Amino acid sequence: MATYDAERIGSSPWLLTGPAMLVFVTLLAAPLVLTGMLSLNLFSDTKGVIPVYTFANYLEVFSDDYFHEIFLRTGGMALAVTLFCVLLGVPETLIIARMHSPWRSLFLLVVLGPLLISVVVRTLGWAILLGNNGLINQVLQALGITEFPIRMMFTQFGVVLVLTHVLVPFMVIAVWASLQKLDVQVEQAGLSLGASRMTTFRRVVLPQIMPGILSGSIIVFALAASAFATPAIIGGRRLKVVATAAYDEFLGSLNWPLGAAIAVLLLIANLVIVVGCSRLAERRFKHVFE
Amino acid sequence: MTFLTLDGIVKTYGDFTAIAGLDLSVEKGEFLSLLGPSGCGKTTTLQSIAGFVQPTAGRIVLDGRDITHVRPEKRGLGIVFQSYALFPHMTVAENVSFGLEMRGVPRSERVGRVQSALDMVRLHGLGARYPKALSGGQRQRVAIARALAIRPDLLLLDEPMSNLDAKLREDMHIELRAIQRDLGITTILVTHDQVEAMTMSDRIAVMHGGRIVQIGSPFETYERPQSPFASSFLGKTNAFAGAIHTRKPRCYEVKVDNLMFHVPHEGHQFDGNVNVYLRPEKIRLAEPTEARLRGTVRMRVFLGNLWLIGIESPLGPVNVTQPNFGAPPPMEGEEVGLTWLDDDLRLLEQEVAHGHV
Amino acid sequence: MYRNGFFSLAFHTLFIAFIVAPLVVVMAVSFTGEGYISLPTDGLSLRWFHALWENQEMVDAFWLSLKLGLVSATFATLLAVPAALAISRYNFPGRGVITGFLLSPLMIPSVVLGIAFLRFFSLAQIGGSLWALSVTHVIVVLPYALRLTLASTIGLERDVEQAALSLGAGRFTVFWRVILPRIRTGVIGGWLLAFIQSFDELTMTVFVATPGTTTLPVAMYNQISQTIDPLITAVSTVLIVGTLAVMVFLDRLVGLDRVLIGEKQ
Repeated sequence: MATYDAERIGSSPWLLTGPAMLVFVTLLAAPLVLTGMLSLNLFSDTKGVIPVYTFANYLEVFSDDYFHEIFLRTGGMALAVTLFCVLLGVPETLIIARMHSPWRSLFLLVVLGPLLISVVVRTLGWAILLGNNGLINQVLQALGITEFPIRMMFTQFGVVLVLTHVLVPFMVIAVWASLQKLDVQVEQAGLSLGASRMTTFRRVVLPQIMPGILSGSIIVFALAASAFATPAIIGGRRLKVVATAAYDEFLGSLNWPLGAAIAVLLLIANLVIVVGCSRLAERRFKHVFE
Repeated sequence: MTFLTLDGIVKTYGDFTAIAGLDLSVEKGEFLSLLGPSGCGKTTTLQSIAGFVQPTAGRIVLDGRDITHVRPEKRGLGIVFQSYALFPHMTVAENVSFGLEMRGVPRSERVGRVQSALDMVRLHGLGARYPKALSGGQRQRVAIARALAIRPDLLLLDEPMSNLDAKLREDMHIELRAIQRDLGITTILVTHDQVEAMTMSDRIAVMHGGRIVQIGSPFETYERPQSPFASSFLGKTNAFAGAIHTRKPRCYEVKVDNLMFHVPHEGHQFDGNVNVYLRPEKIRLAEPTEARLRGTVRMRVFLGNLWLIGIESPLGPVNVTQPNFGAPPPMEGEEVGLTWLDDDLRLLEQEVAHGHV
Repeated sequence: MYRNGFFSLAFHTLFIAFIVAPLVVVMAVSFTGEGYISLPTDGLSLRWFHALWENQEMVDAFWLSLKLGLVSATFATLLAVPAALAISRYNFPGRGVITGFLLSPLMIPSVVLGIAFLRFFSLAQIGGSLWALSVTHVIVVLPYALRLTLASTIGLERDVEQAALSLGAGRFTVFWRVILPRIRTGVIGGWLLAFIQSFDELTMTVFVATPGTTTLPVAMYNQISQTIDPLITAVSTVLIVGTLAVMVFLDRLVGLDRVLIGEKQ
């Protein structure tokens, strides 16, 4: 929409954004800075947090194989989740987009609706399905496909599967938004110029929804890499990811400075990946979209 | 020689009939316009020819080949879309080259053909740009170049000018017509703009309610409308409701109020209630004494090349247009006389009671 | 666009099954009459819903989450609406930075937010109250209220406002009579979405919730980490049904696709 001229602004915008900014600066920016400072402190079992400033916690995370494994596992699982979300979410979005009303809006609701349902509830459903005595194993055993239950709880496969379920709606949203911008006549144009349906999809439609797939992937990756509830419930105590590791340091071993250092690294890694990939995607598609 | 034939095309969507039995023959090299208001079925007709809509009944024959069930990508038609439908992720040259690539034209030849297609629409040197960096008129030219580069048998234009401003539109009418003449390509234009249809076409097919209600050259269609719809849709006209009084050898005497009109019947039979039509530009202002009809000037509007004069007469309001000779016409409130040639009167049955359009 | 072929529809069926399976299973199990996780075999039993009603801990947690959602969604909306109006109608220096900052909680991992708030509360010697919890939730859900309100201001033309001013309306009247009615659905939609996000929030709250301020998701998480019993599926069923009701309402009000997908001009 139109905005007022620069000279007519006065103090209104600052008065209007002031309250929200005040709350955010004191109650979001300050805590984040305090956490950054905390990550530089040291911890001892006897004295608690020692107010000295050092990079010791970061050195520990960088040098310890235990943390290497956790960070690599988190990144690997997030990549796998992103891949599955692309493989499942993109075709599904295209299929729904091709439907006619009322099916189109109905299935869009079915696919996106779970976003509003608590992650705990959705993860619980999978825990019931995936357990050694869970429904999937009961069915498999009843059908004689397997004699002994297949272990799915507390495995990376289980966590990736459930995170895919939890996060695939974000991919659908991103691709759907890019499909809305697509001029329906370009498909006809492709056909009228002699391209087959397959070629029209590959050469005309796909390049135009690529930005959507990329932004969906960035969101899914970021959320998968920082997920807590699903890895905690499905992965259990031993299959740690960065978020659960930070939780354990904070509330388990009470080593707050180390937990804060892990949190800061998670935040930085997230921001670098999200901002970096978005920039790359923007530059790649700059000439195409306003 | 008939190049494209539509034979009894019907298209229904549930209860709704978009095309209600349409027959059309287009000659090779002809420029034909499908003209009508929105919802008259003209776009559905074009989509049927293009293959994006499967007709419920009927046959489409192109150059002796039945293409009714041929898939759109196999029809080899050039289409310029209303939205232009340029591929935003490809450069102008890549857009134009796309159809050639699909036809397996070797790269070396493609470059030359893209070049000449762009030259033809006067976009020389813009091949490396992306569509979003072009103006509306330039995008339109790319769309034309892309459709023509594949050297289609038939060019379909789907309201191609509706997104251009008035001045640009007039220029494009003339330019597109010149390109079409040069290439001798058979062209079908869908439009709701009568000026566009008249400037560019060899023939105009006026569509109404899923049917062609009249087809002919622009002049013929304008001068001899065969239905009240065609006469009001093409240009403006004055309509006077009256009744046949007597039939003379050459003309009918039609009584409108107390005035007798002598309308040439041109071989048609009429009876009872009729409408007499008279185009505003066929009426001349005259001294009240030597006039056929008198009235008072209600308003006058200056249109640059024309004056539009609204006159209140005993027969109701009458619109008159008069070229701008230099001297202004009578002022509002002045009494004027109106006169015309009997040969300019047209007669149609009263389909619906419709007065002044 | 074309019709979907056989393979597309087969894929679609499997995908939808994948999406709804866990929710259906949770609901089915909650009607079991047994004392362990199992599908109801002989008739539906409301045994676990009775148990839930008797379970003071869960009932308290539910009321707390409800209050928390109402308070934080309301405050977030009160802060977000003026901010959205400023962002959408004034081109002031720092506009981009302010927008980014107010939306930033969406980009910060919840674990990091939880740790930051915990650290802040422990230094400031506050926390453990509904108000402290509400503040953290206001920050987490404000971006949702802001995004929906912003989206609803997109269609606001300035001429409508100028027309009102030219007819002699004061600036407050313009806001109340001209602007607010036109962004109303966006504001209400934003409030509802903020409420749901607050009600469902787990990861951040797990850090700042104390035994006295255990929200429903935290209570459920604590329970599931120990054992999965049918009681927890009964809670889940209540939540699913409640969310569905809100979803239908949201869909009627603004269109769910607009809430979830954002701009749809």
